[in-house]
Amino acid sequence: MNTSTQIDKNQLLRFTTAGSVDDGKSTLIGRLLYDSKAIFEDQLQAVENTSKRKGHDGVDLALFTDGLRDEREQGITIDVAYRYFTTPRRKFIIADTPGHIQYTRNMVTGASTANAALILVDARHGVIEQTKRHAFIASLLQIPHIIVCINKMDLVDYSEDVYENIIDQFEAFSSKLYVKDIEFLPISALNGDNVVNRSENMDWYQGAPLLHTLEHMHISSDINKIDARFPVQTVLRPQSDGFIDYRGYAGRVASGILRPGDDVTILPSGFTSVIKSIDTIDGELEEAYAPMSVSITLEDDIDISRGDMIVRTNNKPQALQEFDAMLCWLNNDPARPRAKYTIMHTSNEQKAMIKEVVYKIDINSYNREEEDKQLNMNDISRVKIRTTRPLMIDEYRDNRITGSFVLIDDTTHETVAAGMII
Amino acid sequence: MSKYYLNYLDELESEAIFILREVWAQFQNPVILFSGGKDSIVVTHLAKKAFYPSRIPFPLMHVDTGHNFPETIKFRDDLIDSLGARLIVGSVQESIDSGRVAEEKGKNATRNALQITTLLDAIEMNNVDCAIGGGRRDEEKARAKERFFSHRDDFGQWDPKNQRPELWNILNGNHFEGEHFRAFPISNWTEMDVWNYILRENISIPSLYFAHEREVVWRQDSWIPVSEYLKLEEGEDIQKKKIRFRTLGDITITGGIESDADTLEKIVGEVSAMKQTERGNRSDDKRSETAMEDRKRQGYF
Repeated sequence: MNTSTQIDKNQLLRFTTAGSVDDGKSTLIGRLLYDSKAIFEDQLQAVENTSKRKGHDGVDLALFTDGLRDEREQGITIDVAYRYFTTPRRKFIIADTPGHIQYTRNMVTGASTANAALILVDARHGVIEQTKRHAFIASLLQIPHIIVCINKMDLVDYSEDVYENIIDQFEAFSSKLYVKDIEFLPISALNGDNVVNRSENMDWYQGAPLLHTLEHMHISSDINKIDARFPVQTVLRPQSDGFIDYRGYAGRVASGILRPGDDVTILPSGFTSVIKSIDTIDGELEEAYAPMSVSITLEDDIDISRGDMIVRTNNKPQALQEFDAMLCWLNNDPARPRAKYTIMHTSNEQKAMIKEVVYKIDINSYNREEEDKQLNMNDISRVKIRTTRPLMIDEYRDNRITGSFVLIDDTTHETVAAGMII
Repeated sequence: MSKYYLNYLDELESEAIFILREVWAQFQNPVILFSGGKDSIVVTHLAKKAFYPSRIPFPLMHVDTGHNFPETIKFRDDLIDSLGARLIVGSVQESIDSGRVAEEKGKNATRNALQITTLLDAIEMNNVDCAIGGGRRDEEKARAKERFFSHRDDFGQWDPKNQRPELWNILNGNHFEGEHFRAFPISNWTEMDVWNYILRENISIPSLYFAHEREVVWRQDSWIPVSEYLKLEEGEDIQKKKIRFRTLGDITITGGIESDADTLEKIVGEVSAMKQTERGNRSDDKRSETAMEDRKRQGYF
């Protein structure tokens, strides 16, 4: 049970799981939910009934993560589904995404907010194309922590050699990727070995089980605390008693730390001022850091509106109209060369075009494709973007908020691409 | 030295405030869908925080089935007064009277499905382009894939296959005339998070959530409150029980549980020990495996 002192400390960890029906991903999630007691009796009852109807022995843990009718009929997961569980140490959000190549866009979506990625490898098959794809996406989206779960150890007699061999295979190709923190775990999701409880079948493995790893992973440093960036969402002007002249800039700190008295610059105008106060309904704050939602007031009257960014004067992002980015195409309709799109970057919206496709990446082999330049759904490419007015950007590697953007098709209003600035 | 990280409730609160501010910035005429239940009360509380020191800039929209708990209506009216907000009521009774919908017949008749028409009419009549709801992804499997900004076509329908990908914290609310969005600021909260937050923030909620003596009948595995709309069936008898409600909906279909939890602390303790999901007591979800998904497709909350 949660007591208030625990809530004061418990953090939120978001992780993504990529995998297909075959490598036991749904069973692993079902196991985490089941063993951490996040499954209710009526859900268990429903799953037991379905398991029986389908002729499975015991409870099919994978059924806990079945969602919409279409996928129950097709037996596949067609979109990102979010699951929740809590332990006495942390709250967890799982972004559960399907692993087939045609679902790259879902993996990218799930990965965009994740602190950690679980990559599943079937111990019988070792590293396959899909493993490389998942590792590539985790590194492209700069997920801070990667846990490679070598699953189905029960089917290889819990062999240490098999485990070590897969680690070697993984490290052979992943050295080409930019990954900060990677761990390997031998598990059996079906039997529960090293998921929540330590395995009794693998004495040779000295590390902690998966849940313990997730509970103790250091995530406070996942958010950039150096570069103060405050995109303005909206301006608060109450014009009511006691607040006649109040002008608060409402937003969520994207990165860094802001304090009253800080010298700040407003972009893109370049006007400078000093932070007067950082306000919330619960009182003024001495400092605000990511990802806090606050309202900032300044010493000077400056014309500031949505889309502007408040930054510390001695540490500014670049203001650029042309930049390179890695782009994942999300839409059924291919990109139209040199067509105009709306670009959404923090709270700022401008017009933009894809000036050039530099190359596409084969996410299975990591080879560059420089001939075929058409961007189809699930394609990942390096592009040159040009915008009508400058954007205040950081490199995605340094800042996942001010380094990311989406493109919106003005004829359908759909989100058609996700970009990471290089 | 400061810790420079948020605990999970603060992070969920900050995320919800961010989403509410995006709604305000990106839409012309948003409303909060207010049912009088704890989730929409929490959303309203978060909206107060998001725009302080301004007032809540959204009207509250209530779809009134006519089959209400009197306590809910009293609570709603008091809250509206204290916020100084505007209330828009869509009446299912009016939809029935004007022939827009026909009342269900039979012993399990409810006005649950009829709400869809009334809701969509109210959205259209008031030119609402975004309706903010208290839906959570942990509630039901059809909600697990719901977006923060959920797109509805010009018939108000939800197409799970035609939803926009949401990456990082970028929310795309662009839309055509006639289409509208639903926004779900507390998508990532669980029932437990909501209760812990209500306790921490000391948010007032209707007395129905606390254990109280009430006349009830046992039906479909829960205690259904006696009201003027309840038709007793053979073999059913009225009993007096100490119960409370985990969710609040129509008085005709909301089942209570036996409980002694008469304070927020006791409710939090009770909920954390619960073995059934909260919607387990809602007969509207028991109609079929995909009951919620089917209603969502048609434009339900």
